[in-house]
Amino acid sequence: MSTLEKTPSAGPGSAPRRGPDLAKVTGDLLRSRELAVLVVLLLLVVVATVKSDGFLSGDSWRDLLLTPSILLLLAAGQMLVIITRNVDLSVGSTLGITAYAAGDLMSSGSSPWVAALGAVALGALLGAVNGVIIAFGRVPALVITLGTMLAFRGILLHWAGSDRVNAGEMDPGFLDLGTAQVLTIPVLTIISLVVVVAVGYYLRTSRGGRELYAIGSDPDAAALFGLPIRRRVLGAFIASGALAGLAGVFWATRYGGVSSNAGEGIELQAVAAAVIGGVAIFGGSGSVWGAAIGAFLLVTIDRVLPILGVPDFYQQAVVGALIIGAIVLDRVLASRAERRLAVEREVAP
Amino acid sequence: MSTPTIDRAVDERTYASYARPLLWRLVATREFAVFALLAIVYVYARGSIVGFDGPLTIYFLFLESAPIMLLALPMTLIIITGEIDLSVASTMALTGAMLGIAYTKWDLPFLAAVGVAIVVGLLCGLVNGFLVAYLKLPSLAVTVGTLALFRGLAEGFLGTESISGFPERWTDLLKDRIGGDSSYPLFVIPLAVLAIAFGVLLHFTTFGRGVYEIGLNDEAARFTGVDIARTKLILFMLAGGVAALAGIYQSLYTVARGDSAVNLELQVIAAVLLGGVSIFGGRGSLPGVLAGVLLIAVINSAMRLDGVRGEVTEIVIGCLLVASVIAPTLLTWISGLVPGRVPRPAAPPSVGTTPEPPASGGSSLKS
Amino acid sequence: MVLELADVRKSFGAVQALRSGSLRVEAGSIHALIGENGAGKSTLVKIVAGVHRRDGGTFRFRGDDVDFGSTADSKGSGIAVIYQEPTLFPDLSVTENVFMGRMPLGAGRRVDRAAMHTEVEGLFQRLGVHIDPRRPARGLSIADQQIIEIAKAISLDAALLVMDEPTAALSGVEVDRLFAVARSLRDEGRALVFISHRFDEVFDLCDTVTVMRDGAYIGTHQIAETTVPALVAEMVGREVADLFPKTEAAIGDVVLSVEGLTSAGVFRDVSFDVRAGEIVALAGLVGAGRSEIARAVFGIDRYDRGTVRLDGANVRPGRPTVAIRAGMAFVPEDRRQQGLVVDSSVAHNVAGVIRTRLSRLGLISTAAENKAVRPWASRLEVKTNALDMPATTMSGGNQQKVVIAKWLATEPRLLIIDEPTRGIDVGTKSEVHRLLSELAGQGLAVLMISSELPEVLGMADRVLVVCEGRITAELDRSEATPETVMAAATGTTPDRIHLEHDTEMVQEVTA
Repeated sequence: MSTLEKTPSAGPGSAPRRGPDLAKVTGDLLRSRELAVLVVLLLLVVVATVKSDGFLSGDSWRDLLLTPSILLLLAAGQMLVIITRNVDLSVGSTLGITAYAAGDLMSSGSSPWVAALGAVALGALLGAVNGVIIAFGRVPALVITLGTMLAFRGILLHWAGSDRVNAGEMDPGFLDLGTAQVLTIPVLTIISLVVVVAVGYYLRTSRGGRELYAIGSDPDAAALFGLPIRRRVLGAFIASGALAGLAGVFWATRYGGVSSNAGEGIELQAVAAAVIGGVAIFGGSGSVWGAAIGAFLLVTIDRVLPILGVPDFYQQAVVGALIIGAIVLDRVLASRAERRLAVEREVAP
Repeated sequence: MSTPTIDRAVDERTYASYARPLLWRLVATREFAVFALLAIVYVYARGSIVGFDGPLTIYFLFLESAPIMLLALPMTLIIITGEIDLSVASTMALTGAMLGIAYTKWDLPFLAAVGVAIVVGLLCGLVNGFLVAYLKLPSLAVTVGTLALFRGLAEGFLGTESISGFPERWTDLLKDRIGGDSSYPLFVIPLAVLAIAFGVLLHFTTFGRGVYEIGLNDEAARFTGVDIARTKLILFMLAGGVAALAGIYQSLYTVARGDSAVNLELQVIAAVLLGGVSIFGGRGSLPGVLAGVLLIAVINSAMRLDGVRGEVTEIVIGCLLVASVIAPTLLTWISGLVPGRVPRPAAPPSVGTTPEPPASGGSSLKS
Repeated sequence: MVLELADVRKSFGAVQALRSGSLRVEAGSIHALIGENGAGKSTLVKIVAGVHRRDGGTFRFRGDDVDFGSTADSKGSGIAVIYQEPTLFPDLSVTENVFMGRMPLGAGRRVDRAAMHTEVEGLFQRLGVHIDPRRPARGLSIADQQIIEIAKAISLDAALLVMDEPTAALSGVEVDRLFAVARSLRDEGRALVFISHRFDEVFDLCDTVTVMRDGAYIGTHQIAETTVPALVAEMVGREVADLFPKTEAAIGDVVLSVEGLTSAGVFRDVSFDVRAGEIVALAGLVGAGRSEIARAVFGIDRYDRGTVRLDGANVRPGRPTVAIRAGMAFVPEDRRQQGLVVDSSVAHNVAGVIRTRLSRLGLISTAAENKAVRPWASRLEVKTNALDMPATTMSGGNQQKVVIAKWLATEPRLLIIDEPTRGIDVGTKSEVHRLLSELAGQGLAVLMISSELPEVLGMADRVLVVCEGRITAELDRSEATPETVMAAATGTTPDRIHLEHDTEMVQEVTA
């Protein structure tokens, strides 16, 4: 790192730097995963626009922005959990239950507000179930959320049966929200982005946010520092559940109907979005911006592949290749940095 | 090579092989609990669920759950090393698709198509194994990636198409029964052979000893000369190869489709963990896993016969999985609550046990 | 009196780490705590820090009886501890590491970054270092990490500051800076406890010194009233007499030959031979690179340049399996992490390396393993109820016997043994020494790494002293004395450490 100055009194320029200077900022940006993924995303959009005239206009533009809104929420929640060195595989099932709950509440006459709040609260409750077991039982999140994924889905199937909530049973104003736009930007997307910004703000500026990173970075050291590990991990799972609940509400309004298989398999997409966006699967590093851009990229690939002449059946394959590419890249960069440090140490004394 | 030995008078101390009698060693294990649960559920189902003792129950129980049984075998070894493979179900779909394509589109003889499928499965395992063992990437992230990759390839190759029409000689063979009319399908025989092979590999070979050591303490395993990377590569390739067998089976039993066996990997992992394998690695046994797989299969078929819809089974399995993981923690916690069992020594009388936190919170300097 | 510990005891399972620890530290003083590895210093420090709870004894802080249940408790009471190993969060910034767990909040309950950066910059200025407080801690050198630990401790405004070998990774200039800060803290009236293996530092910095040995308090002296030989004698005690000195053995041909071994940033140009029947010791301070050299020879770590030959044949680097097949055995320093699979049974551990030889047609049975294990277990007098007991249940000495048994079962040509007697009781210690001596007598080549001076001097035919990754001295049995080894290990000249040749201890050691 160029910022590490080990020789004291090397002249007037060696005082600790006050502000980040331009060269450093540019260097950091070029090295940042967020930017790299964003560039790929923009390239995809540009190529798609060149190949297909209507890509950035009308319904196509709206869908481009609207479709990622659900995955954005899930990726933000997943990211909160992953930075604590955990994972939440139950979000797809939570989304299904809460979407159905929201629809069911409305079809039995509740107002859309009550339905939405109820769904978010239910999501938070399901997240709390995961969080309590994992934080207080000290058991691996992967297994527990795998179990609750099956259990929550089972509860939904039992509850809904072959029944589905149809558009006709829901509040028309609620359904309009699914396609409403402000300045050509869909309202759902705006809400999702606000959530992402709120999560990012929390992670950056609050004690709790910084402690989440610390816990994932080195759990033993976190215990040694006396950080409230259980409370923070529980909080991350509740947040993940609540965001999945909100995503459930979005699902109901976006698709105008909920069946019992809503959100099946989407948990792996949420994990994938976070990993592609540079969130380390073993905790401690990554940003919600990366996860959000990763979510946009995943959904956009899905739409762009057919335009590029790739049958959209291959979408998953491209996603898989991206995930693997991302983690291999991380490993290569990390080992290069390590080697450089070893050489520096050799030269320094 | 000279062999240094110690000539000191050898103490005639004899070492017992086991600290506890055989019965105790068999009963006081997690595996035994799973076997007991399996027996209870089975006996209960035979006694009170109408039709469970019918001739077709066992037959279909095996046919339906054969892929899970197959995939659970290599998965057990992988989880014991502390890794995980989420891509097995996708590999299964991909190999099934390759079987169909090789047989119908390339017009290869059936056995050659089977060969193609198995090679593809091994290649899938090679990809996982190389990334995990040699690039030392976390298997969870790698196999989430290959889960999507292999599934995407299967769906890309087949689209919405489903391929059937494999030679009847083979599809019939699959559905034949042992001895012509018993309630066990013929397929159970190769399944049992494979299960025994994996059991021997895990419990009676030096390779298997290494698998446990890697899971318990990979650093010590390395100091002992276990080739960790090679072991993991072999395991992931075995998983790929067995997934190919499962894919071939599934294609013959039903049809080859790009979206077959979706989410099956999670059921496989659930069965393995239920069978007593620790997700942290190092603990578990193959008999326990077989009991876990059968337990899930029996619950499934009993509930279906009882008219309970499949979703309740999911709830039961999910809860069993959670319970099986938190049970040890819960037991320690409960035993910690019992007075007198707390291993915390009493403080000497001269010392107050409650610390006196200074009100200033450590900011005063003068003492 | 800020800190008062009297007759503090602590056991971990069967191992008594602290038999009777005592320490009295006054405000406005720097107190050195010295003793060999395993003397119980670190355990004592961890009790003060709230990491462990004592089993018994008195613990008073600022006049109050205390019993810290967590590190947060001790921190809250005004105790700051700097450990040997820095505990930083690699993904967080330097500033956040300094303030983790107690970040100041500004407007709107936001973390006040500006205030934190200002304070950290102030701290770094005082310490005279230039580290960007905004950069992540990942990739910082050990020295810089240590500086951050020190800044953290100072910012805690603690009444008592404990430093566990803070200088091990620091360069000369950095050590001087640290000492200047320590003195200014003392002059502010705080109490400091300084743990070090370097006598020059102890005499340079400290006011009083307490010596510990074998988990017990030995004595406290004013620095001005004591001398290095007196302290060394106290540290070593009568132990020297208990050692089983190596018997003369016929030295044979070269077994291990290492030439120009270099690993960037760890060690460089390391060359030495070990002959059959010979015990060669690698001596030096903790962190000098001794264990790393051994790991590279055995193939655990890769190296950049150089060759390793066993019986004249090149050993392929980076492959322990190859080294084992060539005839090397390696008893590593960390028994519980590297030497044993502690959750595995005694039989599986002892048969761990030789099981390929025990298998028939690729199959191995418990019976075959037990049969092969029994003679080795009984020769080493391993104490266990049954062969299927997990190694976790055993004492440190017994575990060490299991590790040695596992390697002797391979019938090696060369035994590398890292800290052969660390953390084991005195009785087993002398058993291990007798065993090593016997093995050498039978023609085994032994490369021993030890931080215990009496062990080095008593056991080794030749001593190679490692300092900062290089071999700085090669001493014959007749040349090796506490002063020559210490001088080479600390990179000072022998006359700076005034050891008197005629002390009783030295006579015993070199006899």
